[in-house]
Parts: sequence; structure tokens; C-alpha cells
Amino acid sequence: MPYSKRYKVAFFSMTSCEGCQLLVLSCENELPDILTHVNIVYFREAMSEKSTDYDIAFIEGSATTAKEVRKLRKIRKQAKIVITLGACSSTGGLNRLKNRFKIDDLKESVYGKEALGSQAFDTKRVRAVDEIIEVDHHLHGCPISKEEFLKSFNDLLLGLKPHAPNYPVCTDCKIAGNVCVFKKGETCLGPVTRAGCSAVCVTYGSICWGCRGFVDAPNIAAHTETLQRHGMKKEEALSFLSLYSTGLTGKKEKKIVR
Amino acid sequence: MKKELNIRVKELTRVEGHGNIVIDVKKGVVKEVKLEIVESPRFFEVMLRGRRYDEAQHIMARICGICATSHSSASLKAIEMAMGIRITPQTKLLRRLAFCGENLQSHLLHLFFLVLPDIFGVDSIVPLMQSHPDLIKTALELKRVSNEICTVIGGRAVHPISLAPGGMLHIPAQDELKRLKSEITGTFDKLQGMLEFFKEVPIPDFKKPRELIALKKRGEYSIYDGIATSSNKYSIKTEEYTKKIKEYVVPYSTAKQAVSPKGTFMVGAMARVNNNFRSLSPRAQKAAKEAGLKPPLENPFLNNIAQLIECFHLSEEALGLIDTALKTELKKEPLRKPKSWGRGVGIVEAPRGTLFHDYTIDKRGIITDANCVIPTATNLHSIEEDLKAFVLTLLDRPKAEIQNRVETLVRAYDPCISCSTHIMDVTFI
Repeated sequence: MPYSKRYKVAFFSMTSCEGCQLLVLSCENELPDILTHVNIVYFREAMSEKSTDYDIAFIEGSATTAKEVRKLRKIRKQAKIVITLGACSSTGGLNRLKNRFKIDDLKESVYGKEALGSQAFDTKRVRAVDEIIEVDHHLHGCPISKEEFLKSFNDLLLGLKPHAPNYPVCTDCKIAGNVCVFKKGETCLGPVTRAGCSAVCVTYGSICWGCRGFVDAPNIAAHTETLQRHGMKKEEALSFLSLYSTGLTGKKEKKIVR
Repeated sequence: MKKELNIRVKELTRVEGHGNIVIDVKKGVVKEVKLEIVESPRFFEVMLRGRRYDEAQHIMARICGICATSHSSASLKAIEMAMGIRITPQTKLLRRLAFCGENLQSHLLHLFFLVLPDIFGVDSIVPLMQSHPDLIKTALELKRVSNEICTVIGGRAVHPISLAPGGMLHIPAQDELKRLKSEITGTFDKLQGMLEFFKEVPIPDFKKPRELIALKKRGEYSIYDGIATSSNKYSIKTEEYTKKIKEYVVPYSTAKQAVSPKGTFMVGAMARVNNNFRSLSPRAQKAAKEAGLKPPLENPFLNNIAQLIECFHLSEEALGLIDTALKTELKKEPLRKPKSWGRGVGIVEAPRGTLFHDYTIDKRGIITDANCVIPTATNLHSIEEDLKAFVLTLLDRPKAEIQNRVETLVRAYDPCISCSTHIMDVTFI
């Protein structure tokens, strides 16, 4: 699309904490500028207007109900560009932890036996958006990185393809000048996790939890061994690697975004 | 007067999460009023099952993007209680500071992004950027500073990084704190401007006596510590909260509802201001006086102005905490290690009210059982009761106006629906 056209932008949210939308709203310095370049036509958390005419759809949250699956297909039909916003939509995120259990067991243990017959509690296995529809670009992270969001938005306005890094968080971490988490006697998922977050968690004293999903073709076997060498039992290492149940992105991703 | 009314607001906007309002009036009698919570359940308590204690804070913060620090704090308090971890005064100070930042951020988001458009009768904050640029500039600046508090302490505005069981992983530099201090000091004029604006906004004359529950602790405006106490003069022992606050499932909602021994009750900013009025900071007291707010608070629409009054308090408390931090010179402390295992209950005043996290941890440090009581769900019953009474005062109005008014009432409660769908008692086998 030519730059002269004002994009109509919509933000949709599926099953999530809506923190990534909140991060968009927390671009206090940039929002007024953004709004001079695009029309935001749908953003339920922040506006009453509900439009079905949009060019770019940002989707937050994973698909966990039949209704959400239908909504996603509708969005794909309408939008020229579909971008996932955050871990829940990009990889399934923490929501995927639920998939370890049977749905009926979940419903019963949480809402009681009477819930089994109720539609209100109907929920499916958690899926990432690209397991259902084609996605043009993923914004990874739990939450997304504000800088990456703004950069991708900017790229779109300029008619460029946004770019998702395909190297590990370790690279970002070195650039940030951090001491390696393993050197501090702790364990970390940085070596197999997709960068783009400036390694902010390690900078603030924590570890990489793997929220951005794995890089393409991660060497999980080798990293499991590394974790074991640093004191974890095999089950613990696998449990740690499964926190964001990653490695599942890119199923239907278009080649162009790489 | 109209005798029949049927309203169905699908996907209520400008609230956090997905909910519908259903109102059915026949022959002047309210047949049905429901707040359907259609947010998909996420089963957070189940997600925690089998996870390590030091992952809980990271996982549970993700219940909600707006009040992540509250969930983190309640989660950490539950873990630390269960595992006999005593945190240092410095840790507590920093966590409280992050907590102030988050409560501020949440209140400001609600007041400016979600309520302000109602006042001007527009769809969102966007048209207001054109029509009232100064007001919106002030609003955005206030919100930016509140986010800064969270960022300096927690590492980012959404989902804090540095909070961990037993301590803090990051210590802010002195000059960062000094910068925060000057930025917060600069916000009082802006808050005052907002107060002058909000206090002139007429609210519906809708009073209904109510039970209000909030944390209480001697000598402070309790947000981080204390015991849940009712305006009906009884308190709830933290470990025995399930005996007093009864949760139940309604078939049309993925959030549970709750009642106290007295029936319907309300939590949140209005409950805190009402129950702890005399412990508000001097500037907040002054603001309350100017707004003409004093207990007993019976009109739920006052929750908005109560949030603004809390903004004065939270900013002042944040300044006090920063002053203490600057005097004591913060230093990196090692995390306190777990000493035991068992059950722990963490309780805080999240922006929307009293929040409980209750975990059982086994001797390997693995979480075997979890339950959370979340303020929005606690409030759902109260919202419905208010809607029933309120809609009867509106029956002679055009339908569109009624719809708008009832939406405004629900929004005044500042419901956070993503949060509320995780209210669940989970018993793990």
C-alpha cells in the first residue's frame, strides 16, 4: 500500500491479560504522533467505536474457544496485514500451560460438576494465532517490547516489512553488557530464545524465561544438557523449557517476514 | 413511564476484558439483570499446579496486564508466608513503591482512557486529543510518570521483572530515584487540575447503603498490609477468608461471584477511602474535602472520584518511600531462602480491591494447590444489585440513554474482567 493512504488499524484481543494492549496505550509520548498517521478503528479496551473496515489487524491473546477461532478467520478475511501482539497470540504463551490437563478435568476442578454442561465454560486447547490463520508478522514477548512495536509500526507505515530477529537473547544480553546468568550460578533460557527484548529481564536481575519463543531450529537437546550441567534434573530442565511451551511459532508464517 | 425494557450490551467497551450486560424489565418489574462475563477462562490456578514456587510470581503476574504488580505482590506474600521467608525492610519498601506506581497507573488509565470519554459523550480519548488537547496532555503526562515508577523499580510498566520470592533482584540507582522524586512532585499541580475538572462532573443521584470491605491496619492507609475489614465492623482473618467470603458459580459467567455474611458487598477505591478515610495523606484529605467526599459513601459512581483522591495519596506515599530510600542508601541484598513449606495466603489492596492469593507448597518447593479471590469478581454481585436498582430510576428515559447510563455504572466499578475469570477454587488431586 502506498504511504499516502491512511491505514485503518484495529486491535483485537482473544484470551490474554490485555497487557500488550496496555503497553500500546502506555506509549504516552508516541501515541499522539501515531494517531496523526493512522486511524485506529477498533480498540475495545479503549474505545466504544466498533468498525469492521480495517487494513492492519493487531491480535492479542490465544485462541481458546470456537468463537475466537471464528473471529480470527473473519479478521484474516478483512485485514490486509495481520500481526500478532505478544506471546499469547504468537506462540500460545503461558496460556498453553493449561494444555497439560484434560479440559473436562479443568472445568470440573475449577467451577464444579455443574459446569460440565454449561456452555459458558467451554474452552478448547490453547492455540497460537498462526495455528489457525496466516500471520504476516509476529511481535513476540510477554509483554511485547515497546521499542519493537514502535519500530514495526514505523516499518509498516513506510511500506517496509517488519523484521523479527532470529538470533538468541544471549546476543541482546551481551550488547546490554550483562553478566551471564550461568556465570552467576543460575539457569536461563536465553541461549534458545528469540532476541528482540534487549534482554531486559537479565538487566533487571532476573533470568530469561523464554517468553519470546525459541529461535528457529533451536538445539533443545543441547540446552537441556546445559541446564543439567548447571544443576537441574532432566525433568526440571524440561519443565523449565516448557514454561512458555515455545518452539511452536512459524507454522504458517509467510517467508517474507524473515 | 416505560414498562418494558430489553437491553443487551454485547462486548461492553472501555473495560478491561470481555463482558455483556443483559437487562430485562417486564411490566415495570425487573425480571433479569445480568453481567455476563464471556472472557474465556484461563485456569491460572491450574496452570500453577506442578510449577516451582519461584515461577509463581512470574506466572501469576500474567493474570492481568493492568494489575500485574498486585498479583505479583499477593503471590510473593503467599509464597513467603508458606515458606517462612522474612523479607527485609528494604525489599518491602521497594515493593510498596512499585505497588504505589501500579495503583496510580491503573486509576489514571481508568479515569482518562475509560471514564473521560463518557463524560464528553465521545467514543474514546482520540477525539479529545483534538478538542481538549491540554487536558489529554496532562492525562498522558500523569500516566507516564506512574509508569516510570513501575519501570524504575520493576523494570517495565507491564509485568514487573525484579520482584522475586525473598527479595528484589534489582536495586534502583540513587539518581533514578531522585529523578522519580522530582517527576512525582511535579504531578500534584496536574492532579489538582484533574480534581477541579472531575469534581464538577455531575453524577447520577443514586444512593444505596452498602457494605464496603477493605484492608485495615493501624496508623496507615492500608494498601499493602492489614486485615480485611468491613464497614459493618467485623474483620476477616486472612487464613480463614473462605469462611467469610463465599464464592459461587453463576451459569452465565466465567467469573465466580461472592457474598459476605451480610450479603452484597463492594471492594475497591471507594471502599478504601470510606473505611480508611482518616488515614489518607494530607493532600488526599484536602482533595476529598474539595470534592465534598466523606463517609459513608453510598453512591457507586463516587468510585471514580475516590480513585482520583487515592492518586493524591499514592503519589504522596511514593514520595515518602523515595525519601526513606534516599536516606538509607539502598544496597543489593541476597534473596532470603525458604525455610519451610505448607500453606500461605497473600493479601493486598489491588487497584480494584482486596486480592487474595492462597497457595499450598510441598517440600520440594512445588505448588500443589492454589486459589485466588479477585476483586472484580467479588464486585460482580454488587454491580448486578446496583444495576437492578438503578435501572428502575431510568425507565422513563429513552433506551439509548438507559443503555449509556448502565454502561457508565458498570464502568464506574472499573471492572477488570481478564482478572475476574480466574476466580476459582481448585482442589488438586
